[in-house]
Amino acid sequence: MTGEWPLYEVFVRGKRGLNHVHVGSLRAADDDMALHHARDLYTRRNEGVSIWVVKAADIAASSPDEKDPFFAPSADKVYRHPTFYEIPENVPHM
Amino acid sequence: MAFDNAYEALADAHDDARWAFGTGFDNPLSGVDTTVPSGVDGEDLAQYCLMLGDDALVLSHRLQQWCTRAPELEDEVAIANIGLDLLGQARLLLARTGRADGSGRGEDHYAYFRGEHEFRNVRLAEREHADFAQLVATVLVLTTWRLAVFQRLQASADPVLAAIAQKGVNELTYHRDYAAQWVVRLGDGTETSHARTVAAFDEVWPLVAELFEPHDVERRLDGVAVDPAEVRAEFDDVLAQVLSAATLETPVVPAKAGVAGGKGRNGRHTEQMGYLLAELQSVARAYPEATW
Amino acid sequence: MTVTEPAPSESDLEQHFEHTIAKDQRIEPRDWLPEAYRKTMIRQIAQHAHSEIIGMQPEGNWITRAPSLRRKAILLAKVQDEAGHGLYLYSAAETLGGDRGDLTEKLISGRQKYSSIFNYPTLSFADVGVIGWLVDGAAICNQVPLCRSSYGPYARAMIRICKEESFHQRQGYELLMAMMNGTRKQREAVQDSVNRFWWPSLMMFGPSDDDSPNTAQSMAWKIKRHTNDELRQRFVDMTVPQAETLGVTLPDPDLAWNADRGHHDFGAIDWDELKQVISGGGPCNTERVERRRAAHEDGAWVREAAAAHARKQQQRKEAAA
Repeated sequence: MTGEWPLYEVFVRGKRGLNHVHVGSLRAADDDMALHHARDLYTRRNEGVSIWVVKAADIAASSPDEKDPFFAPSADKVYRHPTFYEIPENVPHM
Repeated sequence: MAFDNAYEALADAHDDARWAFGTGFDNPLSGVDTTVPSGVDGEDLAQYCLMLGDDALVLSHRLQQWCTRAPELEDEVAIANIGLDLLGQARLLLARTGRADGSGRGEDHYAYFRGEHEFRNVRLAEREHADFAQLVATVLVLTTWRLAVFQRLQASADPVLAAIAQKGVNELTYHRDYAAQWVVRLGDGTETSHARTVAAFDEVWPLVAELFEPHDVERRLDGVAVDPAEVRAEFDDVLAQVLSAATLETPVVPAKAGVAGGKGRNGRHTEQMGYLLAELQSVARAYPEATW
Repeated sequence: MTVTEPAPSESDLEQHFEHTIAKDQRIEPRDWLPEAYRKTMIRQIAQHAHSEIIGMQPEGNWITRAPSLRRKAILLAKVQDEAGHGLYLYSAAETLGGDRGDLTEKLISGRQKYSSIFNYPTLSFADVGVIGWLVDGAAICNQVPLCRSSYGPYARAMIRICKEESFHQRQGYELLMAMMNGTRKQREAVQDSVNRFWWPSLMMFGPSDDDSPNTAQSMAWKIKRHTNDELRQRFVDMTVPQAETLGVTLPDPDLAWNADRGHHDFGAIDWDELKQVISGGGPCNTERVERRRAAHEDGAWVREAAAAHARKQQQRKEAAA
């Protein structure tokens, strides 16, 4: 059994009329904890702020330029680093 | 002094809302009309403010002791937040004491230059936390109780107390939420955490009855103070919900007796209290002439 | 279904990366980047994060004893900020695949370092002010240029952190001003603290440039913007007039204004001491790491409980669906 908590990405809307903006990440065991900690950490408990949290593993991300081969394929995860994905063991040089 | 208000003088911008909680650095009641309302006994009001203020100051001290010891960094931030809020409440209440008793003494006089027998906090606030389960059990019990008291205190005949309570209600709701979530996680989590949480509530519960025993000062301050006996039902209701979600039972343990008829509210404390104050007061007392 | 383009070669990718840096653009998490850059960046960010977290200890040491409630609130808020800074930084490291649990293991097993300054003890409440003034001041000198680091998430974390650090520095200085305007005992405590922290603060900038082999690559990658000696000089020049205003003496007989250079000269740093502290022989190395390890290990059952509860909740939700 592991005690490692999943990584959550945090999006904050500073005030009405603005979009939610990505501000960073944190580790939490569940959604409630993620929201609580996000409020503590990224808004310093400012109650007029709307927060979204989502497990980093659940985000599908596209590249800055879809046609540009310098970026990973679309619908990829947030991070490029290989350890972020589950890589089959028979793939060389990963 | 050049920097009388640290934040005014030091902050680049004044829109930094993050400093808004618990760290008002100057005399927290400056600018507020602190005249004792007519018909209210100033000495009683001062004693009542000490009771509520000492609860917050002493529990905050126990939370400060968790600094750099929390189970995860996010909780480091959360525990410090609660400690700061409670410290902020204590400062307001101790400052109110100095006005109500007519002495004009500041908050630091009450925090640093009173002896153990002069502190009026309930004994549960001063209890050491042997582990994280005891921390969250203590915070759940004390904030649930205090929140119920503060909700009623918003209608106090003393406008200053009413204002302090109003500010505190939001904070305490947040603290209770944090503690309740953790009690549920620990109670429901693993065998180990369940056992530790059961043990924690067994430790805490003997000091629960004391929270609801009205003191003579509270009785006399009709309309100003809240009779703690009134909030027992609400407290029981909240605790029952949380404990049930946490797969825990309400402990069946005898209440802890007082000493020579007195408990925390009478200045009769546990043996741990002297050590707590030794730590809290050591520097202030080593430099009695100093200003900080 | 998308048509797959032929994969670019390693050298094409590298060129693109170099080009992005040359244009002073930020490298972002999903970009291709050389393995050496990634490793260096993770190490730099992790050491910085560890420093924030370990740095909570020397100051946290005085929270419960702070001599006024106002000072207590300021100090508690500050130490809380440091936990927040640590989290912002670990969050930046996670974007490079630097798993926080793994980095914590490296810290408590001594495989990753943190700033040497935190291996010195805090022996009086004046140290709280001096750490704010000198240590945070030195940290700001180091960190402000990092707001332009080529790695985007790190640069953004640094902007947030620097804003709060400058607040800490001024509030440390304000405490020292109050103490210097206080009693003789208070003034002596401040001077004693400055005597203890001055040289270790200068060491915070790391070895001299002649002895700093990785600087060139880090500058080329724009993850370091100035050399150690440049930053150290800037710090000395900034601090000397502040010390005069405060009325304390910096413990260096060779400290003097050099009109030709337009900078202050200062005495030789005891590099042997820095080496000793970095290699584990500082006054508090063992205690600092041990405290962090204890917190992490004592918290294991709590973290496991939360994870177990989350799994059970998930199962209940699925069973109900």
